Amino acid sequence: MARIELRGIAHAYQAAPRSEEDFALRPLELVWEDGGAYALLGPSGCGKTTLLNIISGLLQPTRGQVLIDGADVTAAPPQARNIAQVFQFPVIYDTMTVFENLAFPLRNRGVDRAEIQARVEEVAALLELTGDLRLRASGLSADLRQRISLGRGLVRKDVAAILLDEPLTVIDPHVKWLLRRKLKQVHEQLKVTLVYVTHDQVEALTLADRVVVMNGGRVVQVGTPQELVERPLDTFVGYFIGSPGMNLLPCIVEDGAVMVEGQRIPLDADVCARARTAGGELRLGIRPEFLRRVAEGSPQALRVEVTQVEHLGRHKLATTRLGEQSLKVRLPEEERLSAGESCWLELPPRWTMLYAGGRAIT
Amino acid sequence: MEKPTNHRAWLLVLPVLLAVSFSAVIPLMTVVNYSVQDILGPEQRVFVGTEWFRKVLRDPELHGALRRQLGFSLAVLALELPLGVALALVLPRHGRLASLALVLLGLPLLIPFNVVGTIWQLFARGDIGLLGVAINALGLEYNYTANALDAWLTVLAMDVWHWTPLVALLCYAGLRAIPEAYYQAARIDGASTWATFRFIQLPRLRGVLTIAVLLRFMDSFMIYTEPFVLTGGGPGNATTFLSQYLTRLAVGQFDLGPAAAFSLVYFLVILLLSYVFYTAMTRTKEAR
Repeated sequence: MARIELRGIAHAYQAAPRSEEDFALRPLELVWEDGGAYALLGPSGCGKTTLLNIISGLLQPTRGQVLIDGADVTAAPPQARNIAQVFQFPVIYDTMTVFENLAFPLRNRGVDRAEIQARVEEVAALLELTGDLRLRASGLSADLRQRISLGRGLVRKDVAAILLDEPLTVIDPHVKWLLRRKLKQVHEQLKVTLVYVTHDQVEALTLADRVVVMNGGRVVQVGTPQELVERPLDTFVGYFIGSPGMNLLPCIVEDGAVMVEGQRIPLDADVCARARTAGGELRLGIRPEFLRRVAEGSPQALRVEVTQVEHLGRHKLATTRLGEQSLKVRLPEEERLSAGESCWLELPPRWTMLYAGGRAIT
Repeated sequence: MEKPTNHRAWLLVLPVLLAVSFSAVIPLMTVVNYSVQDILGPEQRVFVGTEWFRKVLRDPELHGALRRQLGFSLAVLALELPLGVALALVLPRHGRLASLALVLLGLPLLIPFNVVGTIWQLFARGDIGLLGVAINALGLEYNYTANALDAWLTVLAMDVWHWTPLVALLCYAGLRAIPEAYYQAARIDGASTWATFRFIQLPRLRGVLTIAVLLRFMDSFMIYTEPFVLTGGGPGNATTFLSQYLTRLAVGQFDLGPAAAFSLVYFLVILLLSYVFYTAMTRTKEAR
């Protein structure tokens, strides 16, 4: 049980970083509240694993401090922090039985026999491993192995947080959801802080209360899954989350409206005013699912040409053209639409975002 | 779905069969042929049945050579394996130093066998050799040409110097193949250096160690050139191992029949012992 605080953490893999480009992790401030379920979401190479290894102590950050419950543990080795970590590929001690695997962290810490027995049995029951305790660990299935390595993390009584580094990558799809449900259940029972690294947005959004989105060594947004969908504060969050991602249209700002390819969309006057002073390229953002087909000439609407319609079962996905720009729209299946037509799409002000230099203007 | 059968496909393996029979089977059959005949001259040979086999199996000199051979091979394994593993563990993993260390370590493997023998013959000489002079200077009596124990130790030291790098390189490759996550997990689990070695490194070296044991056993069991150059099998017969005895039988005394019988026995012994080692080392994997 612990609150983990990262203060000004930055990391470079080179010994002597010269420019900011050398940093795999740019300076960041983050707080992981006790008992929270967090997902760390981002593309490969964005610094997720680096951040995780800094929390567990496998890596010493180049700059900044790691605080667990207020105590500075920046210099403490992993075995001195009460943090469990599960890796992408399940790590199992092949020569041991399942029981010995689970007991290993306790034996290394000199816990007495009776307590080891009790703890291992408790964790085995939680992870449904009780029947397999006497099996040799080598040659078990991937999901069983991953459960064992999770168990090695949970077996310690004082464990403050569980860090999981893409733990379901090597698991067969049909057991993935079982394991995900198990993980959620473990989190609910133990109320332990959970940090789950993934590049899969579905995994992140279903498992976590709060999602930390990373890109290029930076944390771009921290929010609930709903916030990330409804109000992405960064264009990266906009197009990385959602399938397909947010439409981002270059635009220019006039008084109380933006102009996209010569068409006018009225927008909040304050936002427009701030956009004029903000630096960087201006882009209008709207998610495909928030666009609505409306009658010709409606306010808040753009006239587009439909170029392609894909049927995706319960809805259809239309690709439309607006001058040079392409705009994706998710429409109900009963909507009649075919390629070559033109139609009007409304951008509801509530879901329409304006970005300057990649960051949202709010 | 039924697989098509085509007997003409056998024609395609024929060249390989022919090559193998010329390179292995026919020479081996020649040996088998000699082992059951007494060859008196180019045109004069008598079938003698198992006489040569009975003779060599009762030969006390051969028994002595076999005992020395087993002792030598076991000593080689007992010394080179732990030493090789230890070397692999302390070798640097990254950077220029790693490449340099590997090259230095691998040097003995590049030296021709008879040169290895010559190097050690000079190195260990009591009058001019660095090693011999140094040991004598310490006040210890050392003379590998006269003292059987000294000769043994010198031959062993030479083999350890020559072949431990092979074991070390194999283990080094094995250690490099262990994913970083294992070490990270071990650190988080609070494992000591010893526990990390015992439960992560050693189990994951099993494959390369099996290869190392087989290679070192077979090679040391057939050792010929280096002791031949270094001690010539002496003093007396103290360092006469099997292949040297065989050479003496076949080339020195021209006893082709007994030598052929002996060769076959020798071959079978190596095959059998290698099989035993292999089974022992891979057994636990299949036992699961």
